[in-house]
Amino acid sequence: MEKKWFTISVYSENNVGLLNRISGIFLKRHINIEGLNVSKSEIEHVSKFTIVVNTTEDWTRKIVAQIEKQIEVIKAFYHTDDEIIYQESALFKIDSHLLFDERQIQNIIKESNSQIVTVSREFFVLAKTGRRHEIDEMHDELEPYGIMQFVRSGRIAVTKATMPISALLNQYENEK
Amino acid sequence: MDTITKKKASEKNPKTMRVSGAEAIIHCLLAEGVDLIYGYPGGAIMPVYDELYKFQDKLTHILTRHEQGATHAAQGYARVSGKVGVAMATSGPGATNLVTGLADAQIDSTPMVCITGQVPRHLLGSDAFQETDIIGISTPVTKWNYQITRAEEIPGIMAKAFFIARSGRPGPVLIDITKNAQFDELDFQYEACTGVRSYKPTPKVKEANLELAAELINTAKKPFIVFGQGVILGEAENELKEFVEKSGIPAAWTILGLSALNTDHPLNVGMVGMHGNYGPNVLTNECDVLIAIGMRFDDRVTGNLETYAKQAKIIHMEIDPAEINKNVKVDVALLGNAKETLELLLPRIKKNSHESWRNEFSLRYEEEFKAVIEKDLHPKKEGLTMGEVVEEINKASKNKAVIVTDVGQHQMVACRYAKFNQSKSNITSGGLGTMGFALPAAIGAKMGAEDREVVAIIGDGGYQMTIQELATIYQNKTAVKIVVLNNDHLGMVRQWQELFFERRYASTVMTNPDFVKIAEGYHIKAQRVTERKNLKAAVQEMMSSNEPYFLEVKVEKEDNVFPMIPSGASVSDIRLK
Repeated sequence: MEKKWFTISVYSENNVGLLNRISGIFLKRHINIEGLNVSKSEIEHVSKFTIVVNTTEDWTRKIVAQIEKQIEVIKAFYHTDDEIIYQESALFKIDSHLLFDERQIQNIIKESNSQIVTVSREFFVLAKTGRRHEIDEMHDELEPYGIMQFVRSGRIAVTKATMPISALLNQYENEK
Repeated sequence: MDTITKKKASEKNPKTMRVSGAEAIIHCLLAEGVDLIYGYPGGAIMPVYDELYKFQDKLTHILTRHEQGATHAAQGYARVSGKVGVAMATSGPGATNLVTGLADAQIDSTPMVCITGQVPRHLLGSDAFQETDIIGISTPVTKWNYQITRAEEIPGIMAKAFFIARSGRPGPVLIDITKNAQFDELDFQYEACTGVRSYKPTPKVKEANLELAAELINTAKKPFIVFGQGVILGEAENELKEFVEKSGIPAAWTILGLSALNTDHPLNVGMVGMHGNYGPNVLTNECDVLIAIGMRFDDRVTGNLETYAKQAKIIHMEIDPAEINKNVKVDVALLGNAKETLELLLPRIKKNSHESWRNEFSLRYEEEFKAVIEKDLHPKKEGLTMGEVVEEINKASKNKAVIVTDVGQHQMVACRYAKFNQSKSNITSGGLGTMGFALPAAIGAKMGAEDREVVAIIGDGGYQMTIQELATIYQNKTAVKIVVLNNDHLGMVRQWQELFFERRYASTVMTNPDFVKIAEGYHIKAQRVTERKNLKAAVQEMMSSNEPYFLEVKVEKEDNVFPMIPSGASVSDIRLK
C-alpha cells in the first residue's frame, strides 16, 4: 500500500504520561512522528494532539484504533491533507549581510509571504506560516545562501468535517 | 469494616475517617473485595506493609520469593477465579521485577492491579536510592498506570484502577505510590468507580451486523468456529455451548480458549495454531464461514496471513475495537461482550447438524491419531513421552484438575492432551510465552480455587526460572502438584534447531541438578519416575496427596511436538512429522 501523509487528531484527558503512552504506539511499529503538537482544544480540560505521519492508510487506521484504546483518549481520528485546514510555522535565521548583498533574498521574502520578525547587525529572522510544501519550497530557495538556523513547528489542523467530541462527552454524562 | 468505624472521624466531614495513605490503600483493597495479595516488601512500600501487618486478619499477604513470582501468582489467581489479582512490590528493582508479569497479563488480558512503592515526591527525578521510572517502564505493558504523589488521590485512583483492570477487555494496571503519599493523612471515603468518560469498555452490539452474521451462518455449508479466551473472560461458556449445539458447527479453540467448552464435547474439534490439531488447521482453509469468538488472530494461530482462510467469509466477535481488521480482514465485525453477542445471535440461528462437514474433521483426526496421537499417548518405544504423562494425570484427576503450564514442548503437549470438563481450568502463558510462569501461577491458581486439584506441568528449563517459589509453597502449605517433564533440554528450541538449524544444538542442552533433592530441601514430598511401569502409581500417589507434591518424570530427550506449522507457513501446510 502506498505511503501518504496523514494527520492524526487525538482528543484526550490532560494527563501526565499520556504522550509517552501514545508515542509508544508509533515506536512499536517503528513509525516516525513527523510533526507533533499538543494544545488545549475547543472543550475545557480536553487536550488535543495533532500528529503527522507518513505511512500507509492501513497502518494509520490500526495506529488510530490502538491510540483510541488508551484509557484517557476520548477519540482519535485520521485525515488526509485535503480533508483538513492546516498550518505549520517555521523560523529561518539568516546572516544579515545577505539581506543587503543578495538581491534575491528580498524577492524570496516577498514572494513567500513571510515576515521579518527581527533584524540585528548579525542576523535577521524570517517567520513563515503555511502548508508544509510552502515552507519546504522557501527552505529550498534560501538554502543556497546559507541558513544559520531553521525550525519548523508541529502541525495545527482543523477538519472540514465535524468532530463530535462534545456529543461523545455529553453522551457519557447522560448515560451516567 | 469495623476497623473503619473505630477510627476517629474527620473533623471536617463526619462521613470520612482520617487515615494515613498506607492505611487508605488497605481500605481500598478491602472495599474491592480483595482478601489475598502477593508481594515482596522493601523500603519504599514499608508503610503499606506496616498496615498489612495490622490488617492481617482481613487481608492475607503471600510473600513470594521474587516479585515476578508475585505477578504470576496474581495472574494464576485471577485466571482461575475471574477476580482481579493483586501484586505489590517496592520501588526500583522490586518494581522492575514486575515487568514480565505485567507484559504477560497485558497480552493475555488478565485483570491485575500492581501496587509499587516509590521514593518520596521531593526526590522524584533525582536518581534517589531505588528510584526507577516505573511509570515510563510499564507504560507499554499496562492497560493503565498512574503515579500517586498525594495521599488524597488514593481512593479515587485505586477505585479507577480496579474498574479499568476488570472491565471491558481486562488487563494489568500499575499504581505507583510515593512514600510521602503513604505517610500523609487524608479524609478517607471510598466510592467504587463505575465509569471513566474517556473509556468505553464494552461496545454495544449492532443489530444490523447481527443480521448479517446470522445470514452468513445460516446459509453456510462449511462453517467453522474458533473461540478464544474472550468466551471465558466474558463468561459466555453456556452461550457458546448453546450456539455450537444449535448450529451444529464444529468448534476449535485457541490455547487460551481451552476449557471454555468441554474437551469431550462432540463438536469440540481441538486446537488451532502452530501445534494445534490437524483437522482444525487444514480445514480453516476449506471452511466457507469462519466464526471467530473472543480471539485475536495471533500469528501463532494464523500462520501466514496471506494464505489464511482466504476462501472464507469471516465473522469476528470481539470486545476490543482495535482487534478488528488488525491481522485478518473481516466481513462482519460484532463488537461487544461475547455473552451478550451470543445471546442476541442465538435466536437468529437456525438449527443444523452439518454432518458431512463434521465428518471431514473426524477423518483428519483419524489421520492425526495414526501419525501422532497414538505414538504420543500409547508409545511402543522405551522412553517415556510427555503425552502419556498428561494422559495419566487426566485419568487420575478424572478431567477435573486445573492444569497450569509453562512454555515450550510440555505446554503444547499438555494443551493438546489435557481433558477438561470445567471452564477456567487451563492456565498458561499464551501470548507472551513466559518461561517461569507455571510454578508461581499454580500457587495463585490453588489459592483462587482451593477446592480444586491444581497440577503444574513444567519443563526442566522454565522450572528453574522461578524455582525459588518452592519456598512460597512450603511456607504456605499450598497443595499444588508439580510435574516436571524433564528431557534435559530446552525442548522446543532444540526441536527448532533440529528441524530448521541442522541440529546445531546451541545452548539447549541442560545439565540439571537433582530436582527431587531440591524439592526435598524445601520439605516437599518428591518422587522421580524413569520407567513407564512406575508412572501410573506415581501419578496416583501424587494426586491422592493432600500436600504439595513434586514429581519428576524423565522423558525421551529428543522427542518433537507434532503436528507443526513451520513459522511463516500456511495453516494448511501443517506437518504431521
